[in-house]
Amino acid sequence: MALADEVLRGSFHAIGKAISLVENGAPEGRDLLERLHARVGDSLRIGLTGPPGVGKSTAVDEMAAVLRARGEKVAVVAVDPTSPFSGGALLGDRIRMSKAAGAGDVFMRSMATRGESGGLARATQDAVDLLDASGRTFIFIETVGVGQSEIEVSRAADCVIVLLSPESGDGVQAMKSGLLEVADIVAINKADRGGADRLEHDLRTAFELGLRPRREIPILATQANAGIGIPELVATVEAFVFARKASGAFQERRRLGMEDRLRKIAEFLVQKDLWGGEGAPERVKEAAERVLRRENSPYGCARALIREALR
Amino acid sequence: MSAPAPTRSRFPGTLVPHEQKVYSDVPRDLGKAGEYPFTRGPYADMYRGKVWTMRMFSGFGTARDTNARFKYLLSQGQTGLSVAFDMPTLMGYDSDHARSDGEVGREGVAVCTLENMETLFSGIPMGDVSTSMTINSTASIMLAFYLATAERQGVAPARLRGTIQNDILKEYIAQKEWIFPPLPSMRIITDMMAFCADHLPKWHPISVSGYHIREAGSTSLQELAFTLMNGFTYVEFGIKAGIPVDRFAPRLSFFFNSHMNFFEEIAKFRAARRIWAKRMKESYGAKSPESWKLRFHTQTAGCSLTAQQPENNVVRTAVEALAGVLGGTQSLHTNSMDEALALPTEEAVKVALRTQQVLAHESGLVDHVDPLAGSHFIESLTDQMETECEKVFGEIERRGGMVAAIEQGYPQIEIARASYQFQKDLEERRYLTVGVNALVEEGEKPFPILKIDPVVERDQVAETQRFKERRDGTALASALADLGGAARSGRNLMLPILAAVKVSGTLGEIVEVLKREFGEWREPPTYW
Amino acid sequence: MTKDSTGRKFRVIVAKPGLDGHDRGAKVVAAALRDAGFEVIYTGLHQTCDLIANAALQEDADAVCVSILSGAHMTIFPELLDLLKKKGMDDVLLCGGGIIPPDDAEALRHQGVGRLFGPGTDTRDIVRYLQEEIPRRRPRP
Repeated sequence: MALADEVLRGSFHAIGKAISLVENGAPEGRDLLERLHARVGDSLRIGLTGPPGVGKSTAVDEMAAVLRARGEKVAVVAVDPTSPFSGGALLGDRIRMSKAAGAGDVFMRSMATRGESGGLARATQDAVDLLDASGRTFIFIETVGVGQSEIEVSRAADCVIVLLSPESGDGVQAMKSGLLEVADIVAINKADRGGADRLEHDLRTAFELGLRPRREIPILATQANAGIGIPELVATVEAFVFARKASGAFQERRRLGMEDRLRKIAEFLVQKDLWGGEGAPERVKEAAERVLRRENSPYGCARALIREALR
Repeated sequence: MSAPAPTRSRFPGTLVPHEQKVYSDVPRDLGKAGEYPFTRGPYADMYRGKVWTMRMFSGFGTARDTNARFKYLLSQGQTGLSVAFDMPTLMGYDSDHARSDGEVGREGVAVCTLENMETLFSGIPMGDVSTSMTINSTASIMLAFYLATAERQGVAPARLRGTIQNDILKEYIAQKEWIFPPLPSMRIITDMMAFCADHLPKWHPISVSGYHIREAGSTSLQELAFTLMNGFTYVEFGIKAGIPVDRFAPRLSFFFNSHMNFFEEIAKFRAARRIWAKRMKESYGAKSPESWKLRFHTQTAGCSLTAQQPENNVVRTAVEALAGVLGGTQSLHTNSMDEALALPTEEAVKVALRTQQVLAHESGLVDHVDPLAGSHFIESLTDQMETECEKVFGEIERRGGMVAAIEQGYPQIEIARASYQFQKDLEERRYLTVGVNALVEEGEKPFPILKIDPVVERDQVAETQRFKERRDGTALASALADLGGAARSGRNLMLPILAAVKVSGTLGEIVEVLKREFGEWREPPTYW
Repeated sequence: MTKDSTGRKFRVIVAKPGLDGHDRGAKVVAAALRDAGFEVIYTGLHQTCDLIANAALQEDADAVCVSILSGAHMTIFPELLDLLKKKGMDDVLLCGGGIIPPDDAEALRHQGVGRLFGPGTDTRDIVRYLQEEIPRRRPRP
């Protein structure tokens, strides 16, 4: 397949099209992933999450600039919510990624959640795999950032940065919503604003009180819009990854992440066969009638449906 | 519940139930015009003393083209000049910069060198005219060009009369022609305020503008509240910089939009004066009545004009101009009927100017001071505008003031939502616009429009390049280095900018120095 | 419909090229397209043609919609069209809106630019146009 070769050669045009195929659940997309999977796994995947307006896109943009400057091939996948009313989406992350966009050698893709609730889209990891196969060495995954249920990113990324700002009580919100539980590194952005010291103190207290008892979580100060603290943030990510690789925790996390992903894919495929397969609506209708005629129980019928679908 | 009465207004106060009794003799002291809190006008005699200034905004092509249009307008009885600049000038690019490609002289006149400014005012006595310059991010540089040109005409700064828009906050909020981040921009503006307070006693260093906020799709209330809050923010920065409030506040002027909802607009103007006076006196400790008086320029609403049946725009503009006059404006620009199609032709501009001349000379409007005072509807709308405005102030203050609110994208999102809502209302025919979603005519005949010759850009680019070749490079380099030093040290920027201009520093070169020191602003991500 | 039978959602870029900052129209159109089920990539202001073409490539956009009120349309549209072609995006629709005189719009149409919508346009007309034009130009990725 020509497209697969083009992706391997790193063509942005081909990667753009390939991501659409996996995003749309097209059979060509799955074929592509099959063909490319042996080339997947060398990139570092960095997750970025935090409340709206905290400066996630700007931080990614600045980190990408630091990494590009030393020759890394950077990609960004930024996820924004799909409107539950229309199914459409307004994807605005490019607005703040002017450096990455202007450089021309950073691949940046906006993705809509298309109904997923964990902060990422269903195809986010597929897109990241394609980027990985295309030779990108650092891949940033920026989540929706609604401040809650952003758990998915800790399974998709090797290292998760949680970005907070001293404004508007982010710290308290983050503790309440469980956002900090996915953090490998915390960056206090807009650190020039009043309240940064207080936020850091609150976070340290929370960590000491056993929110994350087993390891030290680095807390950094950044001002992403001026690039301040960004090289240090990149260095902290790399130190974290180095230590995790040495201890074996890196691979362990990838395995756990993959287990989770396999479960999801399997469920997705089963569901697809169950409800989308040939004659599925008729089978369900028949089964419902059997239950109503008291020929079988709901559970018995459901199990029968699964057996048929998987056959 | 019966269906609400149809209204075009987006301000809830305009819907007074018609069942409600109205008393004509409610005892209430509305005061006089010229008295605190100036609800009825800043001057006791208003238009009896002096008719508003008729000031038509113009500018296109090269400085030579606009110079000719200025002379034409002055010969037609216009009483003040108003300069529109092209996009590259507004954004700080020289005409020969790659980013200026295709935009030179298109939407206004290109002025990137001292030579351009000299051509623009050639044969126009700068000591006698009052000039308004619509420019913001690069205002300090344009003022420096103006001062240096006046000096060559032998006119002292103290004699110069006019206004420079210089309202950067509304750029972040609405018009989006920014360069530097908000805080450095506020510093540039504060420096100019201080400089003008010392050297240009007849100059208005900021025209706090709601016009663009409304054009971006805001409601009348949002226009009023965001504009006044911007004004208070400049006052706070001036005070913080150590300029006594009564030295600069009297020179702040305002610029509002007059849209189609007639009574709502009039109430907005009256409320603006009252709110400004009260806060200036009570919150900012201004002692001089001159500091309490809000004086404003009005432009009719460009966004109310239609590309369909453009002749109807003459009527729209007349109604809007009338609201501005009844609201007590100090000067007025009336839009031309063809502005939804292109820049206005000379013929269309003339009809627009005549519209306000008819109002001034034939209608009897100028014989009365605030003739609507005491009208139940106008007074209750004015009161409600004031009350609602305070609520918006509260929200902005809760966010840490206007600069912080802008960084959070608050006014931007509010406006984007309002304009989208308006569009939906229009499409679902909750509002009717003649020629657009009502009384539509098929097969309209083409309307004659102004075309800008591409030769303009080529000439201006060549002229800019020639200008650059002729200069003394050493003097320029040291002037630019000194400017960079001033930016770092906190020294007032106006003098080094003026010095750079005098040794032929161009607009783009000065902006480059400041960009290096101050960085560039990135739009906050907004979802609406 | 804003997706075709294969489940593809229409993705469009809404961009403001050049120096002009009047983004009211672009934002209204972006919101209207979202509410009609499109995935809209909004680039923000002051974009160069190069940035817009790169965005179209990486985002695999079906259409690029640009808003120009600065009078620079006769420079920007041809440049953008040329860049899209050079980058192999012949099937991507380039259309837009703003204050564009009819004979300029006609000249641009001959060069291959899609429809240009002026003031007073009903956003539903834009939605319909994209829904018809996109599948015609890009039947299947």
